[in-house]
Amino acid sequence: MAIKGGDLAKLLPKRKGCKDCGFPTCFAFAMKVASGAEDIDKCPHLDPKVKEQIREMLAPPILPVTLGKGERALTIGEEEVVFRHEKTFYHQPGIGVLISDKESETDWERKLKAVLEMTFERIGRILRPDLAVLWAESGDEGKYLELVKKASDASADLPLVLMAPLDLALKALEVCGKDRRPLIYAVTKADLDGYFPKLKEAGVPVAVKGGLEELPEVTERLKAEGMKEIVLDTGSRNLWEVVKEQILLRRAAIKQGFRPLGYPTIVFPCFMADDLEGQYMAASALVTRYAGIVVLSDFVPEYLYPLLTLRMNIYSDPRVPMTVEAKLYEINAPSPDSPLLVTTNFALTYFAVAAEAEATKVPSWLLVQDTEGLCVLAAWSTGKFNGETIAMAVKKLGVEEKITSKKIVIPGLLARIKGELEDELPGWEVVVGPREASGLSSFLPEFAGRG
Amino acid sequence: MAQWKVPVEAYKGRILEVTIGRGSKAVKIGGENVFAFNQTFDEGQWPNSPKVAVEVWDREPLGWSEGILKVYGDSVKDPAQWTKKVVDELSPDLLFFYLISTDPNEEDRSPDEAARVVKAAYEAAGGVPFIVYGVGNDSKDPEVLRKVAEALKGENLLIGPAIKEDYEPIAQAAKDFDHCVSSQAPMDINLQKEMDVKLSRILPKEKIVLDPLAPCVGVGLEYGFSIFERQKHAAVSFGDEMMQMPMLANFSFEVWKTKEAKENEKMGIMWEEMTAMAYLVAGANILVVRHPETYRRVKGMIESYKG
Ligand code: SF4
Repeated sequence: MAIKGGDLAKLLPKRKGCKDCGFPTCFAFAMKVASGAEDIDKCPHLDPKVKEQIREMLAPPILPVTLGKGERALTIGEEEVVFRHEKTFYHQPGIGVLISDKESETDWERKLKAVLEMTFERIGRILRPDLAVLWAESGDEGKYLELVKKASDASADLPLVLMAPLDLALKALEVCGKDRRPLIYAVTKADLDGYFPKLKEAGVPVAVKGGLEELPEVTERLKAEGMKEIVLDTGSRNLWEVVKEQILLRRAAIKQGFRPLGYPTIVFPCFMADDLEGQYMAASALVTRYAGIVVLSDFVPEYLYPLLTLRMNIYSDPRVPMTVEAKLYEINAPSPDSPLLVTTNFALTYFAVAAEAEATKVPSWLLVQDTEGLCVLAAWSTGKFNGETIAMAVKKLGVEEKITSKKIVIPGLLARIKGELEDELPGWEVVVGPREASGLSSFLPEFAGRG
Repeated sequence: MAQWKVPVEAYKGRILEVTIGRGSKAVKIGGENVFAFNQTFDEGQWPNSPKVAVEVWDREPLGWSEGILKVYGDSVKDPAQWTKKVVDELSPDLLFFYLISTDPNEEDRSPDEAARVVKAAYEAAGGVPFIVYGVGNDSKDPEVLRKVAEALKGENLLIGPAIKEDYEPIAQAAKDFDHCVSSQAPMDINLQKEMDVKLSRILPKEKIVLDPLAPCVGVGLEYGFSIFERQKHAAVSFGDEMMQMPMLANFSFEVWKTKEAKENEKMGIMWEEMTAMAYLVAGANILVVRHPETYRRVKGMIESYKG
């Protein structure tokens, strides 16, 4: 629900010939503020109440929440659309591991190590999980505080969720420190009278737990106390019920502009299935449907890696083509006399070519030329993929020093550039390859066999 | 405080109901006038839950992971026995029968032979509906699929893929022998629409299923996910009649081609399961999976939904 400059202008003082904000009219200023280019503070003549009202209008429909600090800080919320194709999703959900104070210390250590150290690399990006959810399950306060101590000692900036009765969570906050900004989980309607001003003074994000009808009342109260960093939990623990609620919450915030529900969410696949496999499947559905924090009972690489990859996919910006690094890739351990294939840096093209070439077991080199993410034909028709650009990439990437075969295979769709590439690369044999990557399965073995 | 009104929406479009197969095991897909898994909002109806097909080849599989081969054992040496084994083990909603041997660049099996193999497998399946796919070669597929269609006349298979280069003879074969056809436009909504217009001049819209291609996790899933969502929108929210056919998400082949799945079966299963979950949420009406574990799990997930 982007705010319109015209609506905003109606609230400005409209002083004749004022220009104190640096703009000729209130209206001109309002347009800039609405687009986010100017801050409303630049108008000195606003009534504080009106200013607050304007700030509220300008706030994103789903408020941001930041947990942790430093390099590991996690920001969620600030989403603007219901479907990623309408624009893009912004903040990837945090992926958390649940650690119970009932578990053994060995498990605590193992899980903390996992959340801190499990990392994966994919197309040049580092994928890793985000946070630890510390659960007071045992009822033994001492034990819980011990767990909190252990987790905060393990890393100074790992985002934490303190999942405990509020009294205990507030004690735990003293153990781990407020400035690491953990999330207190959770405030319910029943807590509203007993925990002010304590909760407000804590100054950290809080989760609110309650049914959809109940949540607005609680968030409004927190807001009235000046607390804005709020995370919602509808309390449901059945996957499809949660999916439904996630959709309703997103619609409420984006389509209805209903502020009391305009906060990011936390969901618990760890309580939705009996085993890890089921949990991760549930988590994958929730990553596609708006979750802000996703909690699993354990991290295993075989499940975590696909989940983090899916998250990267769903949160990639549909307005920007997906690319891979433009460089010389090695397929099946090539030697200097292996052939050279060339393609674009549009990720889908690269994946298809690399997978097909790899499957043939024939050693080869793959030169990925930067086409700004355009596929073969689109890149060619805009002058980003032709004899000249390929020859430039060959020279720039030092291909000639590495490859003595002097054989270069171009995509079949670009048969027409054979001549120009031969002119640009004297001494190279230019071969027209298959039109589709799938053709490599028969083309490459034959080509390699030919010698 | 402002009162909250639950944001229930109403849409003007409805997905067509398509039946695949014949007799008591025929499956119905589509028929919904809501997005996937939204029926609980009382927004509309979602009469047919998504169905899951299991991938079978017309020859012994190459490079399939051990866990799958262990379940099917020696049966995979013969497509009919393999088919029967899958039916016995999983009672799948449908079988996805892939005519990989007809690829002219490889084995180049003849259309007559292909039809014989499909028929034998179909007869072993005890009435489980078949999706029969050629390799996507526009000169070979029409011949092969015509023979298949003829050999199983009236069995109401889903045959395909009909692509822009060969949709005409394939749709004609489906019409002549009473089958459904899949309309494949590689992640291109405009082309999809164009194809649908042309196909619907040859046979009824209730005989068409859309196959926009379904890339898997890590290899372009986001494109497929958004194409599925956009097509479902066009059909349901905007009432675009040329988008109102149910959608097929055929990703098993791509999943098991990834390095991750090939090197680590446990990860491969999850790769396939998560891809399945994403397309379920995005609105697929049929999924194609390969691993028996994926089949059981995904079915379980669909069944756990109580609309
Ligand atoms: S400073 Fe305020 S009152 Fe003056 S012109 Fe700008 S917006 Fe209007």
